[in-house]
Amino acid sequence: MTALIFLIFAAIAVFCGISLVAQTHPIASALSLIGVMGSLAIIYLQLGGEFIAMAQMIVYAGAIMVLFVFVIMLLNAGAEATTRQIPILSRYLGMLLLVVFLGLISFIIQAMLPKTEGVVFGAFQGGTAAAIGRKLFTVYLLPFEVTSVLILIAILGAIVLARREV
Amino acid sequence: MPATVPISWYLILSAILFGLGVAGFIYRRNIITVFMSIELMLNAVNLTFITFSYTLKKVDGHIFSFFVMVVAAAEAAVGLAIILTVFKNRQTLMIDDISSMKY
Amino acid sequence: MNFLQNFLLLSLIKAAVIAFVLLTTLAYLQWIERKVIGHIQLRIGPYRVGPHGLLQPLADVVKLITKEGVMPSHVNRFFYLLAPFIAVVLALISIAVIPFGPQITIGPVTTWMQLTDLNIGILFVLAISSVGVYGVALGGWASNNKYSLLGGLRSSAQMISYELPLALAIAAPLLLANTLSFREMVGYQSGYWLGFIPRWNVFPEIVGFAIFVIAGFAETNRVPFDLPEAENELVAGFHTEYSSMSFAAFFMAEYANMVTVTAVATLLFLGGWQPPFPEPYSNFIPIIIFVFGGLIAVFHGLHPARHMDKFTLPATGLVFLGIAALFGVSLFVPVLKTILMALFWFCGKVGILLFLFIWVRGTLPRFRYDQLMRFAWIVLFPLAIVNLLATGLVVALTSK
Repeated sequence: MTALIFLIFAAIAVFCGISLVAQTHPIASALSLIGVMGSLAIIYLQLGGEFIAMAQMIVYAGAIMVLFVFVIMLLNAGAEATTRQIPILSRYLGMLLLVVFLGLISFIIQAMLPKTEGVVFGAFQGGTAAAIGRKLFTVYLLPFEVTSVLILIAILGAIVLARREV
Repeated sequence: MPATVPISWYLILSAILFGLGVAGFIYRRNIITVFMSIELMLNAVNLTFITFSYTLKKVDGHIFSFFVMVVAAAEAAVGLAIILTVFKNRQTLMIDDISSMKY
Repeated sequence: MNFLQNFLLLSLIKAAVIAFVLLTTLAYLQWIERKVIGHIQLRIGPYRVGPHGLLQPLADVVKLITKEGVMPSHVNRFFYLLAPFIAVVLALISIAVIPFGPQITIGPVTTWMQLTDLNIGILFVLAISSVGVYGVALGGWASNNKYSLLGGLRSSAQMISYELPLALAIAAPLLLANTLSFREMVGYQSGYWLGFIPRWNVFPEIVGFAIFVIAGFAETNRVPFDLPEAENELVAGFHTEYSSMSFAAFFMAEYANMVTVTAVATLLFLGGWQPPFPEPYSNFIPIIIFVFGGLIAVFHGLHPARHMDKFTLPATGLVFLGIAALFGVSLFVPVLKTILMALFWFCGKVGILLFLFIWVRGTLPRFRYDQLMRFAWIVLFPLAIVNLLATGLVVALTSK
């Protein structure tokens, strides 16, 4: 059951990833990225990362990607007009080499990894909001405060860059 | 269909998504799509963090993943503001045409 | 395998019951809205289709289904068809984690009156409402129409701006109750102070409740925040180019979002299905209310203002008296008592909040768009932060 769910959502994630790269219109790429994030959120749920799964949907898919979609709609970005003059041979050879490269990496990862037990849904109960909060406010307090300053810098930068020159 | 899913499957999925992100980053011409490929790479890295957090039975991987999300949010905000400024000045979104600093 | 089959069967039955009840409620919520707004505006609402317009939702559904679905020629077909689908699916999914009552035992089966309880249930509702912005944004953009695009962008900007005060207003009861699951949140609000004041979160958190309700108005695009779909400004905004079932889908999504927001407000602030008075006295309240309502209806039926009311008002009165008798009988059957009392209090509180939504629609004018965004960022967001800080301070000072 766990394996079936993983395979389905991994297939959806890879399909959306390929669609991100292959689509011409940026809105289609943005929706494919949202599809990737959704299926990754479900895979995080399987791995016991429930808070991170919900944070991914709220922050990543619900705010960052909305920002992307807004910018694409505001700039009226159309589909990429003409295809480049890449020779057919190098285009398909490139795709084939990419697939071979990914297959090689997969084989190496699988062979190198020590034989730990597999993933069972529910085996890792430490991903609750309470556990993350406890670690975040005791051990990782300094990075937490630094990220709040980082977000302040980002807000200031975005406002300064995007305002109208009066 | 194995009873438990081996850890390597999750890492392989992460590697595939990362490779697709790199491919998109290199191949696409639209700035916004290039930026979205970067976000795809960040998501793949998040998956690796959560997978290893499961393997080592610690929650620190989730914390790192949380910080990656925060940094990606800040980067997206400023990056999109930069893209808006570039569009206002060059009236184009194709990275081939924004090349006046070459040569 | 037997456990899995039992679980799947039970979940399917619960899902079917909830889906059926929810869809009927959405249809009749529109009837209630039209009647209430009509009476606020000194007219009667739908009156002719069935007694007092009770079959009006059915007539609307038939009309919308049989209407021709016109797809304009230059739209982006895939996104034009995807947008109402996303809006409806995401609006209906949030009901999966809403508990309607406590644990009940019907025969051999012991189950909660809830489809599923995630221990991050509150974050799940927030996540679904965050992703629900796409239905509106894509619907506005895919229509290839400047009014729709403006309406869609304004509406989605409004929705994501008001998500911040919404989430911060939710965080304050979370600090008090120390849990993210709805079941435990309602459990935290059980019991009474001084024997008769219920321990609902609204009493320490009145500001949070006000912020949540206001942000809820803006999240669901209701008056006074409904400029993006106003007819006189933007030619119906993001659903201009949609007709027949797609239009119905957007409206169903709006009403389902309303039901979700009021249900979450009830669970987080008003104590869910808990009665406001201690147990032996509160059992008689439904009976008293329905008997009273039935007697009023029968009394008015004796001297009706309109001709048809000679039949419909006494019939309504008899129905109410029948429901009161059902509540009375249920006092002697424990299973029925738990279900009916929990449903009565939960639906009563949700109904009062929905009536508030409809009442505000009939009363207040709408905000201009810049006033709306200014209100979110300059007034509501700092207020929500101050509320959260004050709650945190009190919790930190009073905890061991």
